[in-house]
Amino acid sequence: MTAIELATGVRAGTNQASVVVDDHLRRIAEGDGDIHAFNLVIAERARSRAEAIDAAVGRGEDPGPLSGVPIALKDNLCTRGTPTTCSSRILDGWCPPYDATVVTRLEQAGAVVVGKTNLDEFAMGSSTENSAFGPTRNPRDPSRVPGGSSGGSAAAVAAGFVPLALGSDTGGSIRQPAALCGVVGAKPTYGGVSRHGLVAFASSLDQIGPFAANVADAALLLDVIAGHDPLDSTSWPEGIPSVSDTLGDGVSGLTIGVVREFLEGGADSDVLARLDGAVAALRSQGADVREVSIPSVIYGLSAYYLIAPAEASSNLARYDGVRYGLRVDAPDIGSMYGATRAEGFGAEVKRRIMLGTYALSAGYYDAYYGQAQRVRTLIIRDFARAYEEVDALLAPTAPTTAFAFGAKTNNPLAMYLSDVFTIPSNLAGHPAMSVPFGVGDDGLPVGVQVLAPALGERVMFRVAAALEAAAPAAQVAA
Amino acid sequence: MNDGWELVIGLEVHSELKTHTKLFCGCRNAFGDEPNTNVCPVCLGLPGSLPVLNRAAVELAMRIGGALHCDIRPSLFHRKNYFYPDMPKDYQITQYDEPLNADGWLEIADGTRVGIERAHMEEDTGKSTHVSTTGRIHGADHSLVDYNRAGVPLVEIVSRPDLRTAEQARAYVTELRSILVATGASDGKMEEGSLRVDANVSVRRPGEDFGTRCEIKNLNSLRSLGRAIDYEAARQIDVIQAGGRVVQQTRHWNEDEGRTIAGRTKEEAEDYRYFPEPDLVPLAPDKAWIDQVRDGLPVLPAQRRERLAAAAGVAPGDVALVVSLDLDALVLGAIAAGADPAIALRRAENEVAANVDKGRRLAPTVFAKVCEMEASGRLTATQAKQVLGELVASGGDPEAIADAKGFRPLDTDAVASAVDQAIADDPKAWARYCGGEDKVAGLFVGKVMKATGGQADGKAVTALLQARRGG
Repeated sequence: MTAIELATGVRAGTNQASVVVDDHLRRIAEGDGDIHAFNLVIAERARSRAEAIDAAVGRGEDPGPLSGVPIALKDNLCTRGTPTTCSSRILDGWCPPYDATVVTRLEQAGAVVVGKTNLDEFAMGSSTENSAFGPTRNPRDPSRVPGGSSGGSAAAVAAGFVPLALGSDTGGSIRQPAALCGVVGAKPTYGGVSRHGLVAFASSLDQIGPFAANVADAALLLDVIAGHDPLDSTSWPEGIPSVSDTLGDGVSGLTIGVVREFLEGGADSDVLARLDGAVAALRSQGADVREVSIPSVIYGLSAYYLIAPAEASSNLARYDGVRYGLRVDAPDIGSMYGATRAEGFGAEVKRRIMLGTYALSAGYYDAYYGQAQRVRTLIIRDFARAYEEVDALLAPTAPTTAFAFGAKTNNPLAMYLSDVFTIPSNLAGHPAMSVPFGVGDDGLPVGVQVLAPALGERVMFRVAAALEAAAPAAQVAA
Repeated sequence: MNDGWELVIGLEVHSELKTHTKLFCGCRNAFGDEPNTNVCPVCLGLPGSLPVLNRAAVELAMRIGGALHCDIRPSLFHRKNYFYPDMPKDYQITQYDEPLNADGWLEIADGTRVGIERAHMEEDTGKSTHVSTTGRIHGADHSLVDYNRAGVPLVEIVSRPDLRTAEQARAYVTELRSILVATGASDGKMEEGSLRVDANVSVRRPGEDFGTRCEIKNLNSLRSLGRAIDYEAARQIDVIQAGGRVVQQTRHWNEDEGRTIAGRTKEEAEDYRYFPEPDLVPLAPDKAWIDQVRDGLPVLPAQRRERLAAAAGVAPGDVALVVSLDLDALVLGAIAAGADPAIALRRAENEVAANVDKGRRLAPTVFAKVCEMEASGRLTATQAKQVLGELVASGGDPEAIADAKGFRPLDTDAVASAVDQAIADDPKAWARYCGGEDKVAGLFVGKVMKATGGQADGKAVTALLQARRGG
């Protein structure tokens, strides 16, 4: 059943939150030993929460649009009194004293948090292999990675453990694992969803977004978590528009661009073939699809790998052993910092902290960070020009289908290239989402990416719904 | 001075802003509370927390900018990255190359106009205490950190290198402090650390280019500031005269030893890796807000000194104390009501200042009345002081108080006859006085006071004695 069907049943009293939650906890208990989507399952809390929802329905109250729907949270979202690890040893033992704004909104909407999902440490990675607690397996093929960094959330939805999950997307960390696991994943407009309580990786790029097995569920989840938050200064005052009511509007009359530079961006031929199929499907539904050029996107990856590590080097400075998390004792404060961080952080996190520290150093700032910000400005300008002609853009989500464990761990650059099509939207602050659209030559899911201008979520979801309706039959979520 | 060397001094003053809450969160901004009680996820820098700018702090910072004649303009926050245990995020949110206030000036009491390069906003750090038997950081076996101060709003006011003496530097800080207090931005308490001063000092021959400067930290009082600048200038002159070269470095003032001690040199200086704070949006106050802040500024101390000095017919420096005590309105009102300016100023900076909070509430016409009673001889100076003291403390009518105290106007004949009687009673003492022993006058004054029931004016009696002696 979809999240909407589950919530409808619970609200109507024809289904019970306790039954729904128990059913999903059982699926997790049976299946997650093989998948390792979860870092932590909070079964008792979920059950008592479900009982409270059932009691509320019994009293004639409406617990909200997600009544009784189990949801998984990426383990970089703060949950009061429940450990939040970022899949890092450095946060050993830390329990946040507060809930992220998205968690509060979910609970106000009646959702039931069942656990915290695995990720690449501090969301740095594209395969979930960088977790301190071991990798997550792709439910479509356990010999393959689920993508990342929100691999746990994508796998949890793909495996049917939960109908909904939240992830965070800094350079593609929702969309790429959604594509590799064959689920829907959306990165909203920067500022559309509050970052309050999201443990920062790269503050100017990070954005929380939904995972779901279908577009309508993803739309409902986005509607619940979006909105202005005074606790996040970068939150849009007017908020992003609601999207659930636009899904049936169709694409007739829309102009949709296919980004030429992305077609030449090194995607596998089977991935490009599915994209062609998506173009044909949209045309057949009345959209005008044409090729457009966004010349500067080819510099996106380079700019991203200066800006994101630079911000990360600063954001991750606070993990110093002084106040919380891991501390490795040493004779003096400098040695304590060094020993704690050497033991607490994994290799990829250290690599990015060093990269970012270097990029911000006196004498290099202009050549690296400054130049990257200028590229970012160019990308925003080029997108704006494209959006003078088109309503939305189409692109592959990832260059390949799910790859094997270890295939890219020794070659960071190859791993970084997994995000070449997703990064430009983060740099621009624009929304983008991945919708499953058939399978590749290896039988594994392929995602098609829909991009839209800032606050263009409504048109993005219209296109996504049209793609979902036309997707090859083999690609129905579990 | 200094054998033909000229000092070049620029000051960096950190002022805590007197807001109710911190710069980026709702925690109380208060000095002296139990450690780590005014803290939350934001000012502790917990993972996932985000700063939200305090509008009241921005407004106070703009008031400072306005009072310092700065251009108040669109600005940005940056992160200044360095590791220190009392800094929860291991970076400080501060303003770097685009400060809120820039290009202003401040006029010190001697009339020198000192340029203000910038007055920018930033957050304060926590406070470390190093626990050991010696109380020193070296040898301490552990440290305790109080984060109550972390995130308290600060404005850093950076002067141009326009100051030339330690005395001017002290006058600058004194003036700046009075401006900060007058604008309501700060309580100006150096002893509680709400006003902290760093001094950049170099020396040169007049007309030459600036010399290499050293930055002196840990100046916790005006006295330290003056001593440290003079010490540091002398040290640099010694270095140059011995054929050496001043090394650009940070130096710490040691008040007990009366000297500055070398810290970091520029070569070892930390690279703070400044970059724009992505968790905050640019701070660009609109014209309406800036105009509103400028219009709401109080009359500043320099203008108040000029106004009072003009009314009293004295130099601005002569009314500095009264203005700094916030008694200028009282004195101006008294002068307008006909008080003698010299008497009004003298009584304000003594008797009224002694009970200044109540003194500020004294009605200018009442104050003028007491001054008039003294000027006319209705009251002696001593009596006027007593009447005023009671007026300030308890209120009332000056005439009634004087009557109640039995202060009757004495006619000069009565005083004169008391003086003559005292001389007649003690011819030996009178001979000594006439022989030039001035201190004997006290004996006669005492006797006259006794004879008149304490109502004679001591000065008038002394004048009579001198007249009798013939000068």
